[in-house]
Amino acid sequence: MTTIFGIPLAAFLGQLLIGLINGSFYAMLSLGLAVIFGLLRVINFAHGAQYMLGAFVALLLLQYLGVDYWLALAIAPLVVGLFGALVERTMLSRLYDLDPLYGLLFTFGLALTIEGTFRYLYGAAGQPYSVPPALSGGTNLGFMFLPNYRGWVVAVSLVTCLGTWLLIEKTKLGAYLRAATENTVLVQAFGINVPLLLTLTYGFGAALAAFAGVLAAPIYQVSPLMGTNLIIVVFAVVVVGGMGSILGAIVTGYMLGIAEGLTKVFYPEASNIVIFVIMAIVLLLRPAGLFGKDA
Amino acid sequence: MADMVETTASGERSATAQSIRIGFLLAGLAALAVAPLFLYPVFLMKLLCFALFACAFNLLIGYTGLLSFGHAAFFGGAAYFTAHAVKEWHLTPELGILVGVLGAALLGLVIGFFAIRRQGIYFAMITLALAQMFYFFCLQAEFTKGEDGIQGVPRGHFLGLLDLSTSTNMYYFTLAVFLVGLLVIWRFVNSPFGMILKSIRENEQRAVSLGYSVQYYKLGAFVMSAALAGLAGGTKALVFQFATLTDVTWQMSGEVILMTLLGGIGTLIGPVFGAGLVVTLQHYLATSDFPVTIVTGVVFMACVLLFRRGLVGEFYASRLGRRLGFAYRR
Amino acid sequence: MGALLQVADLHAWYGESHVLHGVDMTVGEGETITILGRNGVGKTTTLRTIMGIIRARKGEIRFAGRDMLSVPLHRTAHAGIGFVPEERGIFASLTVEENLTLPPVVADGGMPLEEIYDLFPNLLERRASQGTKLSGGEQQMLAMARILRTGVRLLILDEPTEGLAPVIVQRIGEVLQKLKARGMTILLVEQNFRFASRIADRFYLMEHGRMVADFPVAELPDRMTTLNKVLGV
Repeated sequence: MTTIFGIPLAAFLGQLLIGLINGSFYAMLSLGLAVIFGLLRVINFAHGAQYMLGAFVALLLLQYLGVDYWLALAIAPLVVGLFGALVERTMLSRLYDLDPLYGLLFTFGLALTIEGTFRYLYGAAGQPYSVPPALSGGTNLGFMFLPNYRGWVVAVSLVTCLGTWLLIEKTKLGAYLRAATENTVLVQAFGINVPLLLTLTYGFGAALAAFAGVLAAPIYQVSPLMGTNLIIVVFAVVVVGGMGSILGAIVTGYMLGIAEGLTKVFYPEASNIVIFVIMAIVLLLRPAGLFGKDA
Repeated sequence: MADMVETTASGERSATAQSIRIGFLLAGLAALAVAPLFLYPVFLMKLLCFALFACAFNLLIGYTGLLSFGHAAFFGGAAYFTAHAVKEWHLTPELGILVGVLGAALLGLVIGFFAIRRQGIYFAMITLALAQMFYFFCLQAEFTKGEDGIQGVPRGHFLGLLDLSTSTNMYYFTLAVFLVGLLVIWRFVNSPFGMILKSIRENEQRAVSLGYSVQYYKLGAFVMSAALAGLAGGTKALVFQFATLTDVTWQMSGEVILMTLLGGIGTLIGPVFGAGLVVTLQHYLATSDFPVTIVTGVVFMACVLLFRRGLVGEFYASRLGRRLGFAYRR
Repeated sequence: MGALLQVADLHAWYGESHVLHGVDMTVGEGETITILGRNGVGKTTTLRTIMGIIRARKGEIRFAGRDMLSVPLHRTAHAGIGFVPEERGIFASLTVEENLTLPPVVADGGMPLEEIYDLFPNLLERRASQGTKLSGGEQQMLAMARILRTGVRLLILDEPTEGLAPVIVQRIGEVLQKLKARGMTILLVEQNFRFASRIADRFYLMEHGRMVADFPVAELPDRMTTLNKVLGV
């Protein structure tokens, strides 16, 4: 059997794939956090809850209306995005003139409320969501067996990240967003409806989290707490990457997911803390983060 | 983020506030002294532990403006340390608590060392992440006994003399710890160190240009806050005679923020009220099947949206409060 | 000539401090007005208050007959007012062309992009580079050019020549002359007397948050002595 550093190749590649999958979620979530933070100056603690909402909406759509995975992939982000926009319009928008810490505290309260509600209604236990038939089974790549759904998740997350990056860097809407991130008042004086832009941005970020949640549903179990522990890791990812750059958030997400996967191969005991350790090291060597522009 | 309360310089009004304060203080002490006659002692002890925890947390945010999202590590960590020291090393309760305090201070030194490299929301995220790392450590470490936690912790004899196994004795012991903790905080805030912290919070650039090593002072405040949170956590382990994972979770870090925010960030007495409210609320919700998390979350949002100064802070800033000579500076 | 912009008894505040104490001024359709005054008398504040950037304000601002006080900031431009701020406000994360096309077109009659590039060939040449990589003069041209596209009727400029070389200042003068010829109404704050006297039709003199005099350009020579004294030139 082929081995690498004394580890069977198949096991090694298997963990690498798991790392890549986790990295896909880290990347999508930290991307959303960075987009929201860039314009709103709010750290969206509810990002994990919105991710969970995405998965739950997909599950409930299936259970009650028989809506399949593919349609849920479109509907769930829309529902959660609208919910996010509503929250921004009615509550979050009142906090922009205050210390950004209040935004963090508010979204923390929001996350607790959402998670508490779902725990109350559906219990804490995880519920399975099956892989859509079209993507069940796997492909033998010769050197390893790749479950089709996992391949799909990696591909879709790459496309999503790239698409979001293009949207921000190459379109008119993205130019508004970038300009407003730099100087909100002037952009508004030019006749651009910045309050609307803020609502759309938060809604988009929430929708992105929900999209990731639907993608995650068949891999992890759907449970009210699936988002919170994840969001803390994503915060560490964001500290490592620095929130100054969209591309930085994406790259750091994948990198740390892979680093975590590899740790599982070589030193499993440390696998759930490795990202925090990396964060500490980065703080020592480069406090502003790997891609950070802000001090 | 917020500011401490201080009396206005002009004589008569602040004198009113001062005498009201002293009146409240005496009334409060009297109430605490006789409280076990009317209320369930374990409930009161829990309240005192959390009140001290909230005051310790407030020391950091109220006087340095640093929002720690990881204070559960110090509270719950100290609970483990004390429980282990008392149960496995057979130390007396006061030494056990000392172990908890020192352990929490050391943990605060490590976490603070990394966290003070960034400010604002980054500081919050880093403390959250590092505390989560400590949670995973507690989950896997031998001495914490995993999901079960350290059970059956003996309360022992205070100084080898006073038997703490009766709830009355334990209550007055806890009350003494609480008062010592508050006194330490009060002394610390009014010490030269505390004054420099205040000037850093008001104008960090100026403090730097005056030659103060800002990072050193911030770290000092962080360690102090962690140690006091440890005092609360260690005592709690003796009160309940166990230490579990619950106290090191991020939810616990969130809870102490809520207590402080609800009572009034930066006010000396606010966190005590906040803790009292939250603990009471939990006590009553525990018997219903309505989940505490939802209430906590909603109260959190309401606080941030509607009364950011907290109950005590809003009172100080209200017309009546100002008439009585209190001031709440932002 | 009808009044396009009418300001009456305008007050404005920065937090607690009261900065404008009853500004009165009128800008006629097609006129070019320059506000003179020492540093700190409220010239920039006047412009920013008319734009609606400063919201703590009281009094009357009428533009083309419309009450502007209740108009939200992002609708000011749509009413027909364009703004070139003192710091120019070129965005670092946008290319030159993105900067140029950022402000939405609010009315017909703006310059088409080709015409703007004819007027400012440098911008065409460097349209793909980062906005803030341009020289100070080019950035000023860009800040003006992007407003020309939008079809606004009133152009507000805050010290357009500040810190620029004489040859660039002359170029800006030419551009403003061209705009005048097209019938654009212009309101500017300017320290550079010579520059202002070449383009302005009328002047306002500002002191302590209000207008203390206004006079046509023809009276400028007679007033030079007093002005020099007031402005401390």
